[in-house]
Amino acid sequence: MQPQQASPPGYLGQFRILFSKEIAVEFRSRETAVPMAVFAVAALIAFQFSFDLRGGTLNLVAPGVLWVAIIFASLLALGRSFAREVERGSLDGLLASPIDPGALYLAKVAANVLMLLVLEIVIVPLTAVLFNLQLFQPALLLTLVMGNIGIAAVGTILASIAARARAREALLPIMLLPLLVPVIISAVRATGLAIDERPFSEIQPWLGVLGAYDLAFVTLSALIFYVTVER
Amino acid sequence: MTAEQSGSSSQAIVRCAGLEKSYGQRPAIRNLNLTINVGERIALFGDNGAGKSTLLQLISGLLRPSRGGIRVFGGQPWGREGAHARAQIGTLSHQSHLYEELSARENLTLYGKLYGVTEPQVRADTLISEFGLSGRRVDPVRTLSRGMTQRVSLMRALIHHPTLLLLDEPETGLDATSRQMLAEHITEQGAGVTVVLATHNVEMGVSLTTRDIVLRGGEIIHDSATISDLAMDTAQRRQLVAAHLGGSVS
Repeated sequence: MQPQQASPPGYLGQFRILFSKEIAVEFRSRETAVPMAVFAVAALIAFQFSFDLRGGTLNLVAPGVLWVAIIFASLLALGRSFAREVERGSLDGLLASPIDPGALYLAKVAANVLMLLVLEIVIVPLTAVLFNLQLFQPALLLTLVMGNIGIAAVGTILASIAARARAREALLPIMLLPLLVPVIISAVRATGLAIDERPFSEIQPWLGVLGAYDLAFVTLSALIFYVTVER
Repeated sequence: MTAEQSGSSSQAIVRCAGLEKSYGQRPAIRNLNLTINVGERIALFGDNGAGKSTLLQLISGLLRPSRGGIRVFGGQPWGREGAHARAQIGTLSHQSHLYEELSARENLTLYGKLYGVTEPQVRADTLISEFGLSGRRVDPVRTLSRGMTQRVSLMRALIHHPTLLLLDEPETGLDATSRQMLAEHITEQGAGVTVVLATHNVEMGVSLTTRDIVLRGGEIIHDSATISDLAMDTAQRRQLVAAHLGGSVS
């Protein structure tokens, strides 16, 4: 007699299982984290040696340098997050299972946010040393987290679209970077104000823009994600 | 009696009506009408590009039809609404659907959890033992041979005790012992389990099933259910399938 089937987990259960899987796969392969870190560190060092930065100039340039390194390094993580699933057919395995595609999207977003945070644990202290800046502030930490969510929210859904395309490596940055303009502007401005140790009330509007962007893209993308992965 | 008519009972778990699927301008499935009943064992034959894999992917919910309808367990199999149907389907395709970095045990436990299997690790260990891979259960899948990987893929398809098993050329990469193991697992499935087996191996397909369907150009050109009033032995079935395939029996 065929054993009785158990019921599949709910949305949160699916998210938890898929997020754990993302972390386990990345931890084993280190396919993304290492190239990201190498790229970001190299970019920071290149910037540091390219400009003769002193005093006030440092505060003006450092936020842009930091976010350029983060955003370009994130392209590596975002590009791989779906490409390797498509190459190996594991995405079809997940989509053939009784999961809600939205849970898969959120698990990927969470994993990408975590990857960016790990990257920042390396490059923020390095930026502080190279540019002789005080970067360990709560407002900056908040900006980094919110910026990461924005990058991952848009980047993950666009990566799912690009993953089945032939020129996916070129397609992802072309689609992603214009959409990230609000994140780049807000994050750079908030970071600059945090470095200048301005009051939180001055930083808050930029964090508000980031928060609204994050909420809009995470919600919308989770709802329409199934359209981007279905064939 | 037509294939559609043959499966018009309330036991039907798959119903395709005027089903069509195209990739760009190229049709892969054309105006396909098919009913599959509970407990049927179906062999799906056809040359490369005949539409076997596409049909299995449509049933499993991986593809959305371009036109026509498909109902699996009473509902559409794709998207959010298809979760109920997909929970009852086990699929084995050309790709392993496995994570190479993870071990066989981890892969099976992952899918077991997603399908809501009670004690997924215990179920994974049981399957690994049955398929003779206990010695390699914690090795990453990338270190396994092609045949071993195919065995893990089959375990993945069976992890949640599916009631509809879709097997796309499951014999690929398997040695004689593993093929025997595969055959035993297919025949051991309970009466409530429906099996659809796409294969180029007519001998194997006919011996493991009770109904033959031959596809050509995305259309059904032979369905043994339409001549079910004639009692045929496996040799006659083989000849009939081979005749429709236009070649010798493999």
